[in-house]
Amino acid sequence: MENTNEPEQREEAENTPLVGVSHLHVDFSRQRVLSDINLSVARGETVAVIGESGCGKTVLLKSMIGLLPPTSGSVEFDGQDLRQLKEREMANQRTRIGFVFQQAALFDSMTVGQNVAFPLRQHRSLSPHEMKQLVLARLAEVGLPDSIIFKKPAELSGGMRKRVGLARALILSPELMLYDEPTTGLDPIMSDVINQLIMRTRQRDHVTSVVVTHDMRTARTVADRVVMLYPYSRLRPGESQILFDGPPDAIDQCDDRRVRQFVDGQAGDRLMEMRELSET
Amino acid sequence: MATHTETISDEPASKLRWLEDWVVGWGAAAIQCVVSVGDITLFTFRTFAWMFTRWPRREAVLANFNQVGVLSLPVVAVTGTFIGMVLAVQSYSQFKMLGMESRLGAVINMTLIRELGPVLAATMLAGRVGSAMAAELGTMRVTEQIDALDIMGANPIHYLVAPRFLACLLLIPTLTIMADFMGVLGGYFYSVTILGIDRHHFWYNSQQFVGHWDLFSGVFKSFFFGAVIGMVGCYRGFNCSPGAEGVGRAATASFVYSFVLILFLDLVLNILIETTHNSFWPDANPVF
Repeated sequence: MENTNEPEQREEAENTPLVGVSHLHVDFSRQRVLSDINLSVARGETVAVIGESGCGKTVLLKSMIGLLPPTSGSVEFDGQDLRQLKEREMANQRTRIGFVFQQAALFDSMTVGQNVAFPLRQHRSLSPHEMKQLVLARLAEVGLPDSIIFKKPAELSGGMRKRVGLARALILSPELMLYDEPTTGLDPIMSDVINQLIMRTRQRDHVTSVVVTHDMRTARTVADRVVMLYPYSRLRPGESQILFDGPPDAIDQCDDRRVRQFVDGQAGDRLMEMRELSET
Repeated sequence: MATHTETISDEPASKLRWLEDWVVGWGAAAIQCVVSVGDITLFTFRTFAWMFTRWPRREAVLANFNQVGVLSLPVVAVTGTFIGMVLAVQSYSQFKMLGMESRLGAVINMTLIRELGPVLAATMLAGRVGSAMAAELGTMRVTEQIDALDIMGANPIHYLVAPRFLACLLLIPTLTIMADFMGVLGGYFYSVTILGIDRHHFWYNSQQFVGHWDLFSGVFKSFFFGAVIGMVGCYRGFNCSPGAEGVGRAATASFVYSFVLILFLDLVLNILIETTHNSFWPDANPVF
């Protein structure tokens, strides 16, 4: 009986989205940031979440792994509702997820080597030698030399910190990678290096990725699908906060003026609003 | 462009609007107060739960013991020494008027061991240790290092708070004993060397009037002071608001709240200790 059901169950599991967000609302105090967000990310897919600053992209990303509890609605990871998980189960699920922070979030009291080895020390029983080999291999993948392991994060440039953060996020070979503004604050060359690393990670490890960015170049380069969020406070009544959800090429044909404005990087009516504010 | 936001009320402004605002303001403050008390209580329970279910990592414990204990030792020793000497200066003239200079040792050591040693050492450590913890954890919160710990499956309370709390709980009483010891030496040095009190009488009277109960009551209180310093420092750092200003506020609030709580606890514990003492030894002789 079990044997006959096994392939079907496997197929069903494979067809289930890895991440499912449904009717998600997130409020901070009396301020609503996310309203009725519905989003699913299929296995192996790379989704770029774009939108202007303050529209709730990072809040959405952090809600996806239970770092920010939803006010209402649910977030499922691999079919499991994150709110139903106990603390230890949640910790286990998080070992399947890698997160690259906007400012890398490296532990400044540790060396680079200790930072990258941190998840291994927490979740794997490896000898120091094995651990070191894995750390060096991950650092090499992101183009960093062996000598960097003894440095402190404060001694690194922004691009190097981002790459160390990426190596740390990848060390447990996660199934889902979440990137929070991976290219913000970097020069165009380093931005491209990071974009290429995101693509290479996806191709080599077949990971599912969600990339939060306001850099259209990054979105076009790395994503299979682009989702554009709009600030809740600026929406018309009854409108969805997701203004666009589709392939990167289709965003150029989108009729919504607000999407066009973001893609083309035009201030538009914001200048008028600023003028009105300064007059009042 | 038509926009909308979540609003509290759509009622038109009225003459009673100020009253409504006043009630809303006080209501919000009351709710915030209850939420904060509930929050810190849960935070404390979670810390204890982690301490009893899974012992913090050895390296984290040792690093915090070094930070809280070893590095605080010089400043606690200096503070204790000066407290002892100041007590000698202040008490001498009063006792000389009564012709009781020889009992200076008793009053200095009693005051030090029961009250000033624990309270002043705790106050000093609330500034040195508690504020540093709040600033460190606050910076970690602001730079998303605490979120990073959470994402990597390392519980931040187990990893960051439990070892710090343990260090405060165990080492602040130890430092208090050190402050007491140095205070006794400082008081002795000033009384005997500078004020010319007879050495024998200084120690004899100390021995007569300062007992085990006094030492116990001082050290007993310091466990509570240590717990308060550790918990308030970690809680304020953990719940730090964004930016450099948030970190600064967390450090300041940590000291202020710890200081007020230390004084409050000192009163409550003194009443408790005195009541216990009197119920066991109702006929105990007063000191003077």
